[in-house]
Amino acid sequence: MSTVLIVAEHDGHRLSPATARTVTCASRIPGAAVTIVVLAAEPDAIAKEAAALTGVQRVLTVTQAPNVHTLAAVLAPQIAELGAGFTHLMAASTTFGKDVMPRVAALLDAPQISDLMAVEGERRFRRPIYAGNAIVTIEVPAGVKVVATVRAASFAVAAPGGAAAIEPVTVKAAVPSHTRFIGVESGASDRPDLQSAARVVSGGRALGSAENFKHIYSLADRLGAAVGASRAAVDAGYVPNELQVGQTGKIIAPELYVAVGISGAIQHLTGIKDARTIVAINKDAEAPIFEVADIGLVGDLFTVLPEIERALAGK
Amino acid sequence: MRRVMVGVKRVVDYNVRIRVKPDGTGVVLDGVKMSINPFDEIGLEEALRIKERGHADEVVAVAIGSDDVQQQLRTALAMGADRAVQVRTAAAVEPLQAARIFLQLIAKEQPSIVILGKQAIDDDNSQTGQMLAALWERPQATFASKIEINGAVAVVTREVDAGLEKIEVDLPAVFTTDLRLNEPRYVKLPEIMKAKKKPLDVIEAGALGVDVTETLKVVKYEPPAQRTRGVMVKDAAELVAQLRARGVLQ
Repeated sequence: MSTVLIVAEHDGHRLSPATARTVTCASRIPGAAVTIVVLAAEPDAIAKEAAALTGVQRVLTVTQAPNVHTLAAVLAPQIAELGAGFTHLMAASTTFGKDVMPRVAALLDAPQISDLMAVEGERRFRRPIYAGNAIVTIEVPAGVKVVATVRAASFAVAAPGGAAAIEPVTVKAAVPSHTRFIGVESGASDRPDLQSAARVVSGGRALGSAENFKHIYSLADRLGAAVGASRAAVDAGYVPNELQVGQTGKIIAPELYVAVGISGAIQHLTGIKDARTIVAINKDAEAPIFEVADIGLVGDLFTVLPEIERALAGK
Repeated sequence: MRRVMVGVKRVVDYNVRIRVKPDGTGVVLDGVKMSINPFDEIGLEEALRIKERGHADEVVAVAIGSDDVQQQLRTALAMGADRAVQVRTAAAVEPLQAARIFLQLIAKEQPSIVILGKQAIDDDNSQTGQMLAALWERPQATFASKIEINGAVAVVTREVDAGLEKIEVDLPAVFTTDLRLNEPRYVKLPEIMKAKKKPLDVIEAGALGVDVTETLKVVKYEPPAQRTRGVMVKDAAELVAQLRARGVLQ
């Protein structure tokens, strides 16, 4: 039987939706018993959220002061110690999961499968390579622990309605002091979170300046959407790094994705492939974004965006 | 000697359009342009800047693979690396195996800093740096967009989902690079000539005692499901009408 340990991702208060998606992935492993571990300074509220996810059998909490920050060097030895008794270990393929899981895998002497996007069997999975230009099916031989990061956009959020038992546990692993958290700077906003939003409006290089991004924010607010950006727009300094969508940024799967002034480099497209409906607005009729768009409009964004807002308002 | 060790992976060039072989045994690599993994190039640039700022005395570039990787190592030497090391193997080395190879080289070279790309653009694994830091029992600062060396510690700004995170690590440590860490320099022709005279040592992977037998079995390669081209609309009103008709908007 497969026993899966999922490492909860959280901000100290709330469980990340990416973890709820990872639960759905784990539940697809035939006959799997799913456990979530919450490592935190105050894990109780997070553990309650985790326990309520359908498909979760057990929630473990590890409470200690150094777990207040998500430092891989601090968390990995604790996760590896707990993970030794499981056949599978998983976390979402976010910057948190990508940072901590390979460190866990190495401590357990196991290889890792990154960006797992489909479960084909207990030990058989699919994942993208070459920025999603090829998909490989991978088999993990018997006797080798399965350690994976999960491409959250490929799985739905596990529904609430579960009632798993919560068990506090202690670990012996020594916590290193060689890595210290200083702080995190984020452009916190009231807009929906890019990673989990149902609607996203993204801007590209064609916006031309940080100032002009107000057109993107304005349409996003009208639609109740999160704001994203292409790498070119982030590199140009129009918006902060956490808005980048694509191979090296965030991989998202909203219901509606509106790409404005984004040409559609393959590295960007890999981040939006799982979007339900893609809308592209671009001046260049030959832009590759139109190859994947469900609805395309050739036009100048500075004229088109206000017109869309008016059309939305005049419903 | 304060040394920076940099990983250099030979990968299919960023601009090449990848095609899966019709028989599903891999991707087409024949006659395809190969380059240094862009994130590794950023890592090398950072190592050179660390040396130029007086925080290191030597930059050593390391590649794992067949003799073809010497091409990328020569490029690294032309960019300014002092020495290069090829760990020779014909095997497709997995991240954990690469980490073990680096660990063996660390024992020899005693670097104070190891810099790797945050991911290679071929397998997109994003694992080797973290695995190496675990095996070496040293700090890791992944997805770095700024590295400040301050004696025996470094302050690193990391690009994380929430924004920019700052951490402090004791050296030696492993850093992995993100896109906005720096812009790699162009190589000038005289440097390419000079690079031919710089030392490039070859070590057989077997001599390092690392097993490079495949552990994860790749069953098959497939092209991704394609999205099909949709409809073109003529103006904003028609666009909004389409979204409503599809039930995307109320």
